[in-house]
Amino acid sequence: MRREPPRSLADYAPLVFPALMLTVFFVVPFSIMIAVSFFRRDPAGFYTPDFVVDNYARFLSSFFGGVLGFSLMLAVLVAACCVAIAFPFTFLLIRCSRRVQTVWLVGLLSVLSLSEVIIGFAWSTLFSRTAGITNLLVAVGLMDAPQALLPGFGAVLTGMVYQALPYTVLVLYPALVRLDPTLLEAARTLGASPLRAFFNVVVPALRNTIVATLIMVFVFALGSYLLPQILGRPQHWTLSVLITDQAIYQSNMPFAAAMAVFLVLISLALVGLTLMVGRRESAA
Amino acid sequence: MKTILNESMSRRTLLASGIAAAGMLSMPAVLRAQDRSLKVGVYGGYFKDSFDKNIFPEFTKATGIAVESVAEPTGEAWLVQLEQAAKAGQAPADLSMMSQTSTIKGQATELWTPLDPARIKNFDGLLPQFVNKYPDGRIAGIGAVAWYITLVSNTDVYKEAPTSWAALWDPANKDKLGLLALVSNSFLLEVTAKTFMGGTNALDTEEGILKAFEKLAEVKPNVRLWYRDEAQFEQALKSGEIPMGQYYHDVTGLAAADGHPVRSTFPQEGGILDSGNWVLSRASSKVDEAHVFIDYMSQPAIQGLMSRKVGTAPTLKRELLDLTPEEFASVSSDIDPIIPRYDLYTSKSDWLNQKWTELIVG
Repeated sequence: MRREPPRSLADYAPLVFPALMLTVFFVVPFSIMIAVSFFRRDPAGFYTPDFVVDNYARFLSSFFGGVLGFSLMLAVLVAACCVAIAFPFTFLLIRCSRRVQTVWLVGLLSVLSLSEVIIGFAWSTLFSRTAGITNLLVAVGLMDAPQALLPGFGAVLTGMVYQALPYTVLVLYPALVRLDPTLLEAARTLGASPLRAFFNVVVPALRNTIVATLIMVFVFALGSYLLPQILGRPQHWTLSVLITDQAIYQSNMPFAAAMAVFLVLISLALVGLTLMVGRRESAA
Repeated sequence: MKTILNESMSRRTLLASGIAAAGMLSMPAVLRAQDRSLKVGVYGGYFKDSFDKNIFPEFTKATGIAVESVAEPTGEAWLVQLEQAAKAGQAPADLSMMSQTSTIKGQATELWTPLDPARIKNFDGLLPQFVNKYPDGRIAGIGAVAWYITLVSNTDVYKEAPTSWAALWDPANKDKLGLLALVSNSFLLEVTAKTFMGGTNALDTEEGILKAFEKLAEVKPNVRLWYRDEAQFEQALKSGEIPMGQYYHDVTGLAAADGHPVRSTFPQEGGILDSGNWVLSRASSKVDEAHVFIDYMSQPAIQGLMSRKVGTAPTLKRELLDLTPEEFASVSSDIDPIIPRYDLYTSKSDWLNQKWTELIVG
């Protein structure tokens, strides 16, 4: 297949539909949100159109800074865990037979059909003292008494990694399938151990894919607001939880919008920074 | 058969009947009389199920007005939805159950159609806290349901029922409590003020509120779960995972009746008496039906029925009701209740919310 650069206006036609969708479902709502973030909050009701920066000023405090820092750290950690688990897993998966691969992929896809609520409540049962997995450990004699594993940071992290893992595998899968197997064979022929070949050949060859996957999971995890509530203590609540509180429970849309805009800008900046660093390294 | 149809249903008669049908449609008054209906927003889950089962069918039987119940979320989510919809001239529900704070907030944008007390026969029998008025005296809402939030405990874990809200502060209860996560629905500032500061009047000044926050901070190590979603706590309370906390008196009573090891206690300082109003969205055109509905719901017999079947505290004065002492005790108490300071949640809402969030998250 030969690719030709588009010449006439008609060649751009296939772009119209996605562009339209992007405008209607992203550009317009996001613009409204930016506008609302500058509106004046009316404590007894809703908001009035205005141009004030109070909402941003309120956000700039050490308290919200701490919450933002925690949310970013949690999202980074979820992304790192997901890629660390999913990359070797997918690498091993593509070397299995077609049938085994299909079974695994269908299983992973079925996890995607679970909502965040179901995942949250399922894990909260699994981690509970009265009905949780520690009861199994007691039954086989590994523990003395059942123990609650939630609420806590570990529970939040587990739930979020569980939720994001299928996406990670599905994003990594095509890239790993396309990886030229002769690269690995060459490394082995030249005397590298399987582990060494994996880390010195496979991982560097797919560096861009790994970075892209990290960014995708990071953004995905940043929006999580239910799992931190169900599985964590208040200090594990993400900025998304506080945004929800403001928007839904306090009906303070301007402040919620300002926080959301801030969150988007910070994450865009981080993604940009990651890409920039990546480009500089590959140029060097 | 075919011939009969052909003969009787000529082209002309078909046209004529079509015109007749169109004529009927253009007379909405006729249709409305046959088909009166009302969309009523009810808190989803337990309340909606009980109303659908015990209250709405009776109402339809008595008045001929069909009720379509809409599950609404608690908190301010429904207020926000109603407000947004009303701006577009839509009413997702004609009447809604609305918390006191949300009713006051909705007043600011004239979201509620004023109600006419003359069209509610038992208006004078309502307890004063169940008539919500605009600042100029027009009526914004009429008490719909009232409920108590009490001190609940798991009977397997606590053989003796706690007697005071002070149990929440007891160091022996470390990491054992489930409390509501928002300042505006947990009413823990009022509980603190009534238990340790002589009454909710202590919250009149900012210094008083800050002192209450300080006292409340001592509870933090005891709290295992700050819940927004009721199901989260109820399950944990039943299983003993989180054996004490604040929860709804009526729902806890029902769970106990189902055989779960839970109990609800009115502490000596009183249970928290929270309530919701019936409010009519300004985007609704069903003003007549709404008044018929509120009038019906405010009858002593129906308030009694609700106390027995739904478990709500009555909105009418006790002497008007036919509840036995046992029935009354299962939904209410003679101990002076803690009535939330709803005024604070509208006048100081952002400040309180900020302090509260810093208290529990920080």
